[in-house]
Amino acid sequence: MDGYLGGYASLGLLLIAAALLFVVAFGANRLLSPRNPSGAKTTTYECGIDPVPGDWAQAQIRYYVFAYLYVLFAVESVFLFPWAMVFDRPGFGVVTLVEMGVFIAVLALGLLYAWRKGVLRWT
Amino acid sequence: MNPLAERTDWYADSLTAASEVEGFGRDPWWLIIGKILAIFLFLIVMTIFTIWYERRVVGRMQHRPGPNRAGPFGLLQSVADALKLAFKEDITVSAADRLVYFAAPIISVTAAFIGYSVIPFGPEVSIFGHRTALQLADVEVSVLVVLAASSMAVYGVVLAGWSSGSPYSLLGGLRSAAQMISYEVGLGLSIVAVFMTAGTLSTSEIVAAQEAGQPYQIGGFELTLPAWYAILLFPSFMIFLISMVGETNRAPFDLPEAESELVGGFHTEYSSLKFALFFLAEYIAMMTMSGILITLFLGGWRAPWPISLWDGANSGWWPLLWFTGKLLILLFVFIWLRGTLPRLRYDQFMHLGWKVILPISLAWIVVLGGIRAVNDSADSEYLWLTVVGLVSLVALLIYLLPRPKDVRPQLDPGAGGFPIPPLDLEVPPSPRAARLPAARQATRQAVSAGTADTASTGPKEG
Repeated sequence: MDGYLGGYASLGLLLIAAALLFVVAFGANRLLSPRNPSGAKTTTYECGIDPVPGDWAQAQIRYYVFAYLYVLFAVESVFLFPWAMVFDRPGFGVVTLVEMGVFIAVLALGLLYAWRKGVLRWT
Repeated sequence: MNPLAERTDWYADSLTAASEVEGFGRDPWWLIIGKILAIFLFLIVMTIFTIWYERRVVGRMQHRPGPNRAGPFGLLQSVADALKLAFKEDITVSAADRLVYFAAPIISVTAAFIGYSVIPFGPEVSIFGHRTALQLADVEVSVLVVLAASSMAVYGVVLAGWSSGSPYSLLGGLRSAAQMISYEVGLGLSIVAVFMTAGTLSTSEIVAAQEAGQPYQIGGFELTLPAWYAILLFPSFMIFLISMVGETNRAPFDLPEAESELVGGFHTEYSSLKFALFFLAEYIAMMTMSGILITLFLGGWRAPWPISLWDGANSGWWPLLWFTGKLLILLFVFIWLRGTLPRLRYDQFMHLGWKVILPISLAWIVVLGGIRAVNDSADSEYLWLTVVGLVSLVALLIYLLPRPKDVRPQLDPGAGGFPIPPLDLEVPPSPRAARLPAARQATRQAVSAGTADTASTGPKEG
Protein backbone atom coordinates (compact mmCIF):
# COMPACT_ATOMS: atom_id res chain seq x y z
CA MET A 1 0.00 0.00 0.00
CA ASP A 2 2.84 2.41 -0.55
CA GLY A 3 4.46 4.11 -3.47
CA TYR A 4 2.95 6.22 -6.20
CA LEU A 5 -0.10 4.03 -6.79
CA GLY A 6 -0.92 3.46 -3.11
CA GLY A 7 -3.81 5.92 -3.19
CA TYR A 8 -5.31 4.22 -6.21
CA ALA A 9 -5.09 0.86 -4.43
CA SER A 10 -7.34 2.28 -1.70
CA LEU A 11 -9.77 3.41 -4.39
CA GLY A 12 -9.76 -0.13 -5.78
CA LEU A 13 -10.48 -1.54 -2.31
CA LEU A 14 -13.37 0.90 -2.04
CA LEU A 15 -14.84 -0.48 -5.27
CA ILE A 16 -14.48 -4.06 -4.02
CA ALA A 17 -16.22 -3.13 -0.76
CA ALA A 18 -18.98 -1.50 -2.81
CA ALA A 19 -19.40 -4.66 -4.90
CA LEU A 20 -19.76 -6.71 -1.70
CA LEU A 21 -22.31 -4.24 -0.40
CA PHE A 22 -24.37 -4.57 -3.58
CA VAL A 23 -24.22 -8.39 -3.46
CA VAL A 24 -25.45 -8.36 0.14
CA ALA A 25 -28.17 -5.79 -0.59
CA PHE A 26 -29.53 -7.58 -3.66
CA GLY A 27 -29.33 -10.94 -1.86
CA ALA A 28 -31.34 -9.59 1.06
CA ASN A 29 -33.82 -8.03 -1.33
CA ARG A 30 -34.21 -11.39 -3.15
CA LEU A 31 -34.91 -13.17 0.15
CA LEU A 32 -37.25 -10.57 1.63
CA SER A 33 -39.41 -9.50 -1.29
CA PRO A 34 -42.26 -11.42 -2.90
CA ARG A 35 -41.90 -12.54 -6.50
CA ASN A 36 -44.94 -13.25 -8.63
CA PRO A 37 -44.73 -11.29 -11.88
CA SER A 38 -47.83 -11.17 -14.06
CA GLY A 39 -48.51 -9.84 -17.53
CA ALA A 40 -50.15 -6.69 -16.24
CA LYS A 41 -47.29 -5.91 -13.84
CA THR A 42 -44.58 -6.20 -16.44
CA THR A 43 -46.13 -3.89 -19.01
CA THR A 44 -44.64 -0.44 -19.42
CA TYR A 45 -46.30 2.22 -17.28
CA GLU A 46 -48.01 4.91 -19.30
CA CYS A 47 -50.31 6.63 -16.82
CA GLY A 48 -52.66 3.66 -16.51
CA ILE A 49 -53.71 3.27 -20.15
CA ASP A 50 -52.45 0.45 -22.38
CA PRO A 51 -49.00 1.38 -23.73
CA VAL A 52 -48.77 2.59 -27.30
CA PRO A 53 -46.98 -0.14 -29.29
CA GLY A 54 -43.22 0.26 -29.31
CA ASP A 55 -41.08 1.28 -26.39
CA TRP A 56 -39.28 3.97 -28.35
CA ALA A 57 -39.76 7.69 -28.61
CA GLN A 58 -38.49 10.27 -31.05
CA ALA A 59 -35.79 12.45 -29.55
CA GLN A 60 -34.58 15.77 -30.82
CA ILE A 61 -31.32 15.97 -32.76
CA ARG A 62 -30.31 18.87 -30.50
CA TYR A 63 -29.15 16.47 -27.82
CA TYR A 64 -26.33 15.37 -30.12
CA VAL A 65 -25.20 18.94 -30.76
CA PHE A 66 -24.98 19.56 -27.05
CA ALA A 67 -23.02 16.34 -26.62
CA TYR A 68 -20.48 17.56 -29.20
CA LEU A 69 -20.21 20.94 -27.51
CA TYR A 70 -19.66 19.18 -24.21
CA VAL A 71 -16.76 17.19 -25.65
CA LEU A 72 -15.25 20.45 -26.90
CA PHE A 73 -15.30 22.14 -23.52
CA ALA A 74 -14.54 19.06 -21.42
CA VAL A 75 -11.36 18.55 -23.41
CA GLU A 76 -10.62 22.25 -23.01
CA SER A 77 -10.80 22.02 -19.23
CA VAL A 78 -8.49 18.99 -19.30
CA PHE A 79 -5.93 21.19 -21.07
CA LEU A 80 -6.55 24.02 -18.62
CA PHE A 81 -5.89 22.00 -15.45
CA PRO A 82 -2.11 21.43 -15.90
CA TRP A 83 -1.72 24.98 -17.18
CA ALA A 84 -3.49 26.38 -14.11
CA MET A 85 -1.01 24.64 -11.82
CA VAL A 86 2.15 25.98 -13.39
CA PHE A 87 1.39 29.27 -15.15
CA ASP A 88 2.70 31.58 -12.42
CA ARG A 89 5.82 29.64 -11.52
CA PRO A 90 9.25 30.93 -12.48
CA GLY A 91 10.17 30.25 -16.09
CA PHE A 92 6.69 30.64 -17.56
CA GLY A 93 5.71 34.30 -17.47
CA VAL A 94 3.38 36.33 -19.65
CA VAL A 95 3.97 34.21 -22.78
CA THR A 96 2.23 31.25 -21.15
CA LEU A 97 -0.69 33.47 -20.27
CA VAL A 98 -1.03 34.82 -23.79
CA GLU A 99 -0.81 31.31 -25.25
CA MET A 100 -3.66 30.14 -23.07
CA GLY A 101 -5.59 33.31 -23.88
CA VAL A 102 -5.32 32.43 -27.60
CA PHE A 103 -6.42 28.84 -26.90
CA ILE A 104 -9.47 29.98 -24.89
CA ALA A 105 -10.28 32.58 -27.54
CA VAL A 106 -10.34 29.94 -30.31
CA LEU A 107 -12.74 27.81 -28.31
CA ALA A 108 -14.83 30.82 -27.34
CA LEU A 109 -15.08 31.56 -31.06
CA GLY A 110 -16.54 28.06 -31.51
CA LEU A 111 -19.11 28.78 -28.85
CA LEU A 112 -19.92 32.11 -30.49
CA TYR A 113 -20.37 30.34 -33.85
CA ALA A 114 -22.78 27.83 -32.30
CA TRP A 115 -24.58 30.71 -30.62
CA ARG A 116 -25.02 32.75 -33.81
CA LYS A 117 -26.07 29.63 -35.72
CA GLY A 118 -28.93 29.33 -33.24
CA VAL A 119 -27.84 25.91 -32.01
CA LEU A 120 -27.99 26.97 -28.37
CA ARG A 121 -31.60 28.11 -28.62
CA TRP A 122 -33.95 25.46 -27.36
CA THR A 123 -37.45 26.07 -28.66
CA MET B 1 18.99 27.38 -21.01
CA ASN B 2 16.03 27.79 -23.32
CA PRO B 3 12.57 28.17 -21.78
CA LEU B 4 11.32 24.82 -23.05
CA ALA B 5 14.13 22.92 -21.38
CA GLU B 6 13.46 24.81 -18.16
CA ARG B 7 9.86 23.76 -18.34
CA THR B 8 10.64 20.10 -18.82
CA ASP B 9 13.16 20.23 -15.96
CA TRP B 10 10.58 21.74 -13.72
CA TYR B 11 8.09 19.11 -14.75
CA ALA B 12 10.47 16.25 -13.93
CA ASP B 13 11.13 17.78 -10.51
CA SER B 14 7.45 18.12 -9.76
CA LEU B 15 6.81 14.51 -10.75
CA THR B 16 9.38 13.15 -8.32
CA ALA B 17 8.08 15.46 -5.60
CA ALA B 18 4.50 14.51 -6.26
CA SER B 19 5.07 10.82 -5.66
CA GLU B 20 5.91 11.50 -2.03
CA VAL B 21 2.72 13.06 -0.66
CA GLU B 22 3.16 13.15 3.10
CA GLY B 23 1.21 10.79 5.29
CA PHE B 24 -0.46 8.70 2.60
CA GLY B 25 0.13 5.30 1.15
CA ARG B 26 1.58 3.96 4.42
CA ASP B 27 -1.60 2.97 6.24
CA PRO B 28 -1.87 -0.69 7.29
CA TRP B 29 -4.58 -2.67 5.46
CA TRP B 30 -6.93 -2.84 8.46
CA LEU B 31 -6.91 0.93 8.74
CA ILE B 32 -7.86 1.32 5.06
CA ILE B 33 -10.73 -1.14 5.43
CA GLY B 34 -11.81 0.67 8.60
CA LYS B 35 -11.84 3.98 6.72
CA ILE B 36 -13.86 2.45 3.86
CA LEU B 37 -16.45 1.13 6.33
CA ALA B 38 -16.52 4.50 8.10
CA ILE B 39 -17.21 6.27 4.78
CA PHE B 40 -20.08 3.91 3.92
CA LEU B 41 -21.52 4.27 7.42
CA PHE B 42 -21.22 8.07 7.31
CA LEU B 43 -22.89 8.29 3.89
CA ILE B 44 -25.76 5.94 4.69
CA VAL B 45 -26.49 7.48 8.10
CA MET B 46 -26.30 10.96 6.57
CA THR B 47 -28.64 9.92 3.73
CA ILE B 48 -31.20 8.57 6.17
CA PHE B 49 -30.89 11.73 8.22
CA THR B 50 -31.03 14.05 5.20
CA ILE B 51 -34.27 12.56 3.88
CA TRP B 52 -35.89 13.24 7.25
CA TYR B 53 -34.21 16.68 7.46
CA GLU B 54 -35.43 17.61 3.99
CA ARG B 55 -39.03 16.55 4.66
CA ARG B 56 -39.12 18.38 7.98
CA VAL B 57 -37.59 21.59 6.60
CA VAL B 58 -39.80 21.62 3.50
CA GLY B 59 -42.76 20.89 5.78
CA ARG B 60 -41.92 23.86 7.94
CA MET B 61 -41.51 26.09 4.88
CA GLN B 62 -44.97 25.03 3.71
CA HIS B 63 -46.66 25.43 7.14
CA ARG B 64 -47.21 21.74 7.81
CA PRO B 65 -45.55 19.45 10.33
CA GLY B 66 -43.79 16.93 8.03
CA PRO B 67 -43.21 13.35 9.19
CA ASN B 68 -43.68 13.18 12.97
CA ARG B 69 -45.04 9.70 13.73
CA ALA B 70 -42.21 7.15 13.51
CA GLY B 71 -39.90 7.62 16.49
CA PRO B 72 -39.10 10.91 18.25
CA PHE B 73 -39.77 13.85 15.88
CA GLY B 74 -40.37 11.27 13.12
CA LEU B 75 -36.64 10.52 13.03
CA LEU B 76 -37.20 6.86 12.14
CA GLN B 77 -39.39 7.72 9.14
CA SER B 78 -36.67 7.22 6.52
CA VAL B 79 -35.54 3.96 8.18
CA ALA B 80 -39.12 2.73 7.86
CA ASP B 81 -39.25 3.85 4.23
CA ALA B 82 -35.97 2.09 3.41
CA LEU B 83 -37.18 -1.14 5.01
CA LYS B 84 -40.46 -0.91 3.15
CA LEU B 85 -38.63 -0.60 -0.17
CA ALA B 86 -36.56 -3.71 0.61
CA PHE B 87 -39.77 -5.71 1.18
CA LYS B 88 -41.38 -4.63 -2.10
CA GLU B 89 -41.58 -6.83 -5.17
CA ASP B 90 -38.83 -6.12 -7.69
CA ILE B 91 -40.59 -5.75 -11.04
CA THR B 92 -38.61 -5.84 -14.27
CA VAL B 93 -40.78 -4.75 -17.17
CA SER B 94 -40.82 -7.14 -20.09
CA ALA B 95 -39.64 -4.47 -22.54
CA ALA B 96 -36.50 -3.77 -20.48
CA ASP B 97 -32.94 -4.65 -21.45
CA ARG B 98 -32.27 -6.74 -18.34
CA LEU B 99 -28.52 -6.45 -17.90
CA VAL B 100 -28.34 -2.70 -18.43
CA TYR B 101 -31.51 -2.24 -16.39
CA PHE B 102 -29.80 -4.00 -13.49
CA ALA B 103 -26.45 -2.21 -13.88
CA ALA B 104 -27.78 1.36 -14.13
CA PRO B 105 -28.64 1.95 -10.43
CA ILE B 106 -25.35 0.36 -9.38
CA ILE B 107 -23.40 2.73 -11.66
CA SER B 108 -25.33 5.67 -10.23
CA VAL B 109 -24.57 4.84 -6.59
CA THR B 110 -20.91 3.93 -7.21
CA ALA B 111 -20.29 7.15 -9.13
CA ALA B 112 -21.91 9.12 -6.33
CA PHE B 113 -19.91 7.81 -3.39
CA ILE B 114 -16.50 7.39 -5.02
CA GLY B 115 -15.95 11.15 -4.70
CA TYR B 116 -15.98 10.83 -0.92
CA SER B 117 -12.80 8.77 -0.93
CA VAL B 118 -10.69 11.84 -1.73
CA ILE B 119 -12.41 14.40 0.50
CA PRO B 120 -10.37 15.20 3.61
CA PHE B 121 -12.43 15.06 6.81
CA GLY B 122 -9.68 16.22 9.10
CA PRO B 123 -5.96 16.46 9.87
CA GLU B 124 -3.72 13.64 11.06
CA VAL B 125 -5.11 11.79 14.05
CA SER B 126 -3.95 8.79 16.01
CA ILE B 127 -5.95 5.56 15.56
CA PHE B 128 -4.65 2.66 17.69
CA GLY B 129 -1.19 4.15 17.68
CA HIS B 130 -1.09 4.90 13.95
CA ARG B 131 -0.81 8.48 12.74
CA THR B 132 -3.12 8.83 9.75
CA ALA B 133 -5.05 11.55 7.97
CA LEU B 134 -8.85 11.42 8.02
CA GLN B 135 -9.04 10.75 4.29
CA LEU B 136 -9.15 7.48 2.42
CA ALA B 137 -6.90 8.29 -0.52
CA ASP B 138 -5.02 11.40 -1.54
CA VAL B 139 -3.96 10.81 -5.09
CA GLU B 140 -2.21 13.82 -6.61
CA VAL B 141 -5.05 14.49 -9.01
CA SER B 142 -7.84 13.87 -6.51
CA VAL B 143 -10.10 16.63 -7.81
CA LEU B 144 -9.97 14.94 -11.22
CA VAL B 145 -11.16 11.70 -9.60
CA VAL B 146 -14.23 13.54 -8.37
CA LEU B 147 -14.88 15.07 -11.79
CA ALA B 148 -14.48 11.67 -13.46
CA ALA B 149 -16.90 10.10 -11.01
CA SER B 150 -19.50 12.80 -11.56
CA SER B 151 -19.21 12.26 -15.33
CA MET B 152 -19.80 8.54 -14.80
CA ALA B 153 -23.03 9.41 -13.00
CA VAL B 154 -24.42 10.47 -16.38
CA TYR B 155 -24.15 6.85 -17.54
CA GLY B 156 -26.27 5.62 -14.64
CA VAL B 157 -29.07 7.99 -15.50
CA VAL B 158 -29.02 7.70 -19.28
CA LEU B 159 -28.70 3.90 -19.26
CA ALA B 160 -31.57 3.64 -16.79
CA GLY B 161 -33.72 5.71 -19.14
CA TRP B 162 -32.67 3.77 -22.22
CA SER B 163 -33.00 0.27 -20.78
CA SER B 164 -36.44 0.70 -19.23
CA GLY B 165 -38.20 0.39 -22.57
CA SER B 166 -40.57 3.25 -21.85
CA PRO B 167 -40.84 6.55 -23.76
CA TYR B 168 -41.09 8.55 -20.54
CA SER B 169 -37.93 7.00 -19.16
CA LEU B 170 -36.12 7.49 -22.45
CA LEU B 171 -37.02 11.17 -22.63
CA GLY B 172 -36.14 11.64 -18.96
CA GLY B 173 -32.78 9.95 -19.47
CA LEU B 174 -31.96 12.08 -22.52
CA ARG B 175 -32.94 15.24 -20.74
CA SER B 176 -30.78 14.48 -17.76
CA ALA B 177 -27.83 13.52 -19.95
CA ALA B 178 -28.02 16.88 -21.74
CA GLN B 179 -28.49 18.67 -18.43
CA MET B 180 -25.65 16.97 -16.59
CA ILE B 181 -23.13 17.46 -19.39
CA SER B 182 -24.13 21.11 -19.75
CA TYR B 183 -23.46 21.82 -16.10
CA GLU B 184 -20.42 19.56 -15.97
CA VAL B 185 -18.71 22.12 -18.23
CA GLY B 186 -19.39 24.94 -15.77
CA LEU B 187 -18.26 22.75 -12.90
CA GLY B 188 -14.96 21.88 -14.57
CA LEU B 189 -14.18 25.45 -15.57
CA SER B 190 -15.05 26.96 -12.18
CA ILE B 191 -12.47 24.86 -10.34
CA VAL B 192 -9.69 25.94 -12.73
CA ALA B 193 -9.56 29.20 -10.74
CA VAL B 194 -8.95 27.20 -7.55
CA PHE B 195 -6.07 25.34 -9.18
CA MET B 196 -4.64 28.62 -10.41
CA THR B 197 -4.66 30.05 -6.90
CA ALA B 198 -3.64 26.97 -4.94
CA GLY B 199 -1.22 25.58 -7.52
CA THR B 200 -2.18 21.97 -6.82
CA LEU B 201 -4.77 19.35 -7.72
CA SER B 202 -4.68 17.55 -4.39
CA THR B 203 -7.64 18.10 -2.05
CA SER B 204 -5.60 18.02 1.15
CA GLU B 205 -3.18 20.62 -0.21
CA ILE B 206 -6.03 22.85 -1.36
CA VAL B 207 -7.38 22.77 2.21
CA ALA B 208 -3.90 23.59 3.50
CA ALA B 209 -3.67 26.51 1.06
CA GLN B 210 -6.80 28.02 2.64
CA GLU B 211 -5.26 28.04 6.10
CA ALA B 212 -4.50 31.76 6.22
CA GLY B 213 -4.93 34.75 3.96
CA GLN B 214 -2.01 35.93 1.85
CA PRO B 215 -0.63 39.44 2.47
CA TYR B 216 -1.22 41.75 -0.47
CA GLN B 217 0.37 45.11 -1.31
CA ILE B 218 -1.73 47.78 -2.95
CA GLY B 219 -0.67 51.43 -3.13
CA GLY B 220 1.62 51.18 -0.11
CA PHE B 221 -1.00 49.52 2.13
CA GLU B 222 -0.74 45.91 3.17
CA LEU B 223 -3.99 43.98 3.24
CA THR B 224 -4.63 40.39 4.21
CA LEU B 225 -6.68 38.61 1.56
CA PRO B 226 -9.50 36.38 2.81
CA ALA B 227 -8.38 32.80 3.32
CA TRP B 228 -11.45 31.04 1.99
CA TYR B 229 -11.63 30.77 -1.78
CA ALA B 230 -15.39 31.34 -1.54
CA ILE B 231 -14.62 35.02 -0.92
CA LEU B 232 -11.34 35.32 -2.78
CA LEU B 233 -12.72 33.62 -5.91
CA PHE B 234 -16.34 34.61 -5.49
CA PRO B 235 -17.39 34.21 -9.18
CA SER B 236 -16.01 30.66 -9.25
CA PHE B 237 -17.82 29.90 -6.03
CA MET B 238 -21.16 31.06 -7.42
CA ILE B 239 -20.65 29.16 -10.70
CA PHE B 240 -19.77 26.00 -8.79
CA LEU B 241 -22.79 26.41 -6.51
CA ILE B 242 -25.21 26.77 -9.44
CA SER B 243 -23.60 24.02 -11.51
CA MET B 244 -23.62 21.73 -8.50
CA VAL B 245 -27.40 21.99 -8.20
CA GLY B 246 -27.75 21.35 -11.95
CA GLU B 247 -25.35 18.43 -11.82
CA THR B 248 -27.23 16.68 -9.01
CA ASN B 249 -30.62 17.17 -10.74
CA ARG B 250 -32.09 18.94 -7.75
CA ALA B 251 -34.82 21.59 -7.74
CA PRO B 252 -35.03 24.09 -9.41
CA PHE B 253 -33.13 22.07 -12.02
CA ASP B 254 -35.00 18.79 -11.48
CA LEU B 255 -36.22 18.58 -15.07
CA PRO B 256 -35.24 14.91 -15.60
CA GLU B 257 -37.86 13.81 -13.11
CA ALA B 258 -40.40 16.56 -13.71
CA GLU B 259 -43.45 14.76 -12.35
CA SER B 260 -45.93 16.86 -14.25
CA GLU B 261 -44.30 16.11 -17.62
CA LEU B 262 -42.50 12.77 -17.49
CA VAL B 263 -44.18 10.69 -14.73
CA GLY B 264 -40.96 9.92 -12.81
CA GLY B 265 -38.36 10.53 -15.51
CA PHE B 266 -35.59 7.97 -15.88
CA HIS B 267 -36.68 5.91 -12.86
CA THR B 268 -40.35 5.51 -13.85
CA GLU B 269 -40.01 1.74 -14.29
CA TYR B 270 -37.85 1.06 -11.25
CA SER B 271 -39.16 -0.46 -8.05
CA SER B 272 -37.99 -2.00 -4.79
CA LEU B 273 -34.25 -1.93 -4.02
CA LYS B 274 -33.27 -0.55 -7.44
CA PHE B 275 -35.48 2.48 -6.89
CA ALA B 276 -34.00 2.83 -3.40
CA LEU B 277 -30.52 2.84 -4.96
CA PHE B 278 -31.44 5.76 -7.23
CA PHE B 279 -32.75 7.57 -4.19
CA LEU B 280 -29.53 6.83 -2.33
CA ALA B 281 -27.47 7.99 -5.32
CA GLU B 282 -29.28 11.33 -5.44
CA TYR B 283 -28.65 12.07 -1.78
CA ILE B 284 -25.06 10.82 -1.81
CA ALA B 285 -24.38 12.94 -4.91
CA MET B 286 -25.70 15.98 -3.02
CA MET B 287 -23.34 15.23 -0.17
CA THR B 288 -20.37 14.55 -2.43
CA MET B 289 -20.85 17.80 -4.29
CA SER B 290 -21.27 19.69 -1.00
CA GLY B 291 -18.14 18.02 0.32
CA ILE B 292 -16.18 19.13 -2.73
CA LEU B 293 -17.55 22.65 -2.40
CA ILE B 294 -16.47 22.73 1.26
CA THR B 295 -13.02 21.41 0.38
CA LEU B 296 -12.39 23.73 -2.55
CA PHE B 297 -14.04 26.94 -1.41
CA LEU B 298 -15.05 26.87 2.27
CA GLY B 299 -11.78 26.01 3.95
CA GLY B 300 -12.36 22.25 4.09
CA TRP B 301 -12.36 20.81 7.60
CA ARG B 302 -10.86 23.98 9.10
CA ALA B 303 -12.95 25.75 11.70
CA PRO B 304 -14.79 28.92 10.64
CA TRP B 305 -13.76 32.27 12.07
CA PRO B 306 -15.16 32.61 15.61
CA ILE B 307 -14.26 29.02 16.47
CA SER B 308 -10.82 29.23 14.88
CA LEU B 309 -9.76 31.69 17.60
CA TRP B 310 -9.61 28.65 19.88
CA ASP B 311 -6.17 27.05 19.44
CA GLY B 312 -7.27 23.43 19.55
CA ALA B 313 -10.00 23.86 16.93
CA ASN B 314 -8.00 22.49 14.02
CA SER B 315 -6.42 19.49 15.71
CA GLY B 316 -7.54 16.05 16.78
CA TRP B 317 -11.06 14.88 15.97
CA TRP B 318 -12.74 18.29 16.20
CA PRO B 319 -12.47 19.07 12.45
CA LEU B 320 -14.87 16.19 11.77
CA LEU B 321 -17.48 18.25 13.59
CA TRP B 322 -16.76 21.43 11.61
CA PHE B 323 -16.91 19.48 8.35
CA THR B 324 -20.25 17.89 9.24
CA GLY B 325 -21.59 21.28 10.33
CA LYS B 326 -20.67 22.88 7.01
CA LEU B 327 -22.16 19.88 5.20
CA LEU B 328 -25.48 20.26 7.05
CA ILE B 329 -25.60 23.96 6.20
CA LEU B 330 -25.02 23.23 2.50
CA LEU B 331 -27.67 20.51 2.53
CA PHE B 332 -30.01 23.06 4.04
CA VAL B 333 -29.25 25.34 1.09
CA PHE B 334 -30.27 22.53 -1.29
CA ILE B 335 -33.54 22.07 0.59
CA TRP B 336 -34.11 25.80 0.82
CA LEU B 337 -33.78 26.10 -2.98
CA ARG B 338 -36.28 23.28 -3.40
CA GLY B 339 -38.71 24.94 -1.02
CA THR B 340 -38.41 28.36 -2.67
CA LEU B 341 -37.83 28.20 -6.42
CA PRO B 342 -40.17 26.87 -9.12
CA ARG B 343 -38.76 24.49 -11.71
CA LEU B 344 -37.10 26.11 -14.74
CA ARG B 345 -38.33 25.53 -18.26
CA TYR B 346 -35.95 23.47 -20.37
CA ASP B 347 -34.99 26.32 -22.72
CA GLN B 348 -34.36 28.68 -19.79
CA PHE B 349 -32.23 26.03 -18.21
CA MET B 350 -30.06 25.44 -21.29
CA HIS B 351 -29.83 29.20 -21.82
CA LEU B 352 -28.42 29.63 -18.32
CA GLY B 353 -25.91 26.83 -18.76
CA TRP B 354 -24.49 27.66 -22.18
CA LYS B 355 -25.02 31.40 -22.61
CA VAL B 356 -24.46 32.67 -19.08
CA ILE B 357 -22.37 30.26 -17.00
CA LEU B 358 -19.98 29.10 -19.73
CA PRO B 359 -18.93 32.53 -21.13
CA ILE B 360 -18.60 33.97 -17.62
CA SER B 361 -16.37 31.05 -16.59
CA LEU B 362 -14.10 31.49 -19.62
CA ALA B 363 -13.82 35.24 -19.13
CA TRP B 364 -13.14 34.85 -15.42
CA ILE B 365 -10.25 32.45 -16.04
CA VAL B 366 -8.63 34.92 -18.43
CA VAL B 367 -9.21 37.84 -16.05
CA LEU B 368 -7.80 35.93 -13.08
CA GLY B 369 -4.74 34.89 -15.08
CA GLY B 370 -4.20 38.53 -16.02
CA ILE B 371 -4.54 39.72 -12.42
CA ARG B 372 -2.01 37.20 -11.19
CA ALA B 373 0.46 37.94 -13.98
CA VAL B 374 0.22 41.65 -13.22
CA ASN B 375 0.76 41.05 -9.50
CA ASP B 376 3.84 38.98 -10.15
CA SER B 377 5.51 41.53 -12.43
CA ALA B 378 7.69 44.33 -11.10
CA ASP B 379 6.04 47.64 -12.08
CA SER B 380 2.53 46.54 -11.21
CA GLU B 381 0.87 49.94 -10.91
CA TYR B 382 1.51 50.87 -14.53
CA LEU B 383 0.31 47.44 -15.64
CA TRP B 384 -2.80 47.74 -13.50
CA LEU B 385 -3.85 50.79 -15.47
CA THR B 386 -3.36 48.87 -18.72
CA VAL B 387 -5.45 45.98 -17.47
CA VAL B 388 -8.28 48.21 -16.26
CA GLY B 389 -8.20 50.03 -19.60
CA LEU B 390 -8.31 46.78 -21.57
CA VAL B 391 -11.15 45.36 -19.49
CA SER B 392 -13.25 48.48 -19.90
CA LEU B 393 -12.54 48.47 -23.66
CA VAL B 394 -13.76 44.87 -23.94
CA ALA B 395 -16.82 45.66 -21.84
CA LEU B 396 -17.59 48.61 -24.11
CA LEU B 397 -17.20 46.42 -27.22
CA ILE B 398 -19.55 43.79 -25.82
CA TYR B 399 -22.05 46.50 -24.97
CA LEU B 400 -21.89 48.01 -28.46
CA LEU B 401 -22.09 44.69 -30.35
CA PRO B 402 -25.26 44.39 -32.41
CA ARG B 403 -27.66 42.07 -30.69
CA PRO B 404 -29.45 39.41 -32.70
CA LYS B 405 -33.14 40.19 -32.93
CA ASP B 406 -35.62 37.80 -31.40
CA VAL B 407 -36.88 35.99 -34.51
CA ARG B 408 -39.07 33.45 -32.76
CA PRO B 409 -42.46 33.42 -34.43
CA GLN B 410 -45.29 34.57 -32.21
CA LEU B 411 -47.46 31.49 -31.92
CA ASP B 412 -51.19 31.91 -31.72
CA PRO B 413 -52.22 30.08 -28.58
CA GLY B 414 -55.17 27.82 -29.16
CA ALA B 415 -55.30 27.88 -32.96
CA GLY B 416 -52.17 26.52 -34.66
CA GLY B 417 -49.74 26.81 -31.76
CA PHE B 418 -49.54 25.12 -28.43
CA PRO B 419 -52.58 23.26 -27.17
CA ILE B 420 -53.64 25.93 -24.72
CA PRO B 421 -57.39 26.52 -24.31
CA PRO B 422 -58.45 29.94 -25.61
CA LEU B 423 -58.80 32.66 -23.00
CA ASP B 424 -62.39 33.49 -23.99
CA LEU B 425 -63.53 29.89 -23.57
CA GLU B 426 -67.23 29.59 -22.88
CA VAL B 427 -68.07 26.76 -20.55
CA PRO B 428 -71.32 24.98 -21.50
CA PRO B 429 -73.83 24.53 -18.69
CA SER B 430 -73.19 21.46 -16.61
CA PRO B 431 -75.34 18.44 -17.59
CA ARG B 432 -75.76 17.73 -13.91
CA ALA B 433 -77.74 20.95 -13.51
CA ALA B 434 -80.77 19.32 -15.14
CA ARG B 435 -80.71 16.47 -12.64
CA LEU B 436 -80.88 18.73 -9.58
CA PRO B 437 -83.96 18.24 -7.38
CA ALA B 438 -86.91 20.37 -8.36
CA ALA B 439 -87.10 21.84 -4.87
CA ARG B 440 -83.62 23.33 -5.10
CA GLN B 441 -84.40 24.64 -8.58
CA ALA B 442 -87.47 26.34 -7.12
CA THR B 443 -85.48 27.85 -4.24
CA ARG B 444 -82.88 29.15 -6.66
CA GLN B 445 -85.61 30.74 -8.81
CA ALA B 446 -87.18 32.29 -5.73
CA VAL B 447 -83.83 33.65 -4.58
CA SER B 448 -83.00 35.10 -7.98
CA ALA B 449 -86.49 36.61 -8.22
CA GLY B 450 -85.99 38.10 -4.74
CA THR B 451 -82.65 39.66 -5.64
CA ALA B 452 -84.15 40.99 -8.86
CA ASP B 453 -86.93 42.56 -6.81
CA THR B 454 -84.61 44.19 -4.31
CA ALA B 455 -82.40 45.36 -7.13
CA SER B 456 -85.31 47.01 -8.89
CA THR B 457 -86.92 48.40 -5.74
CA GLY B 458 -83.64 49.52 -4.17
CA PRO B 459 -83.27 52.87 -5.94
CA LYS B 460 -86.90 53.81 -5.34
CA GLU B 461 -86.51 53.39 -1.59
CA GLY B 462 -83.35 55.47 -1.61
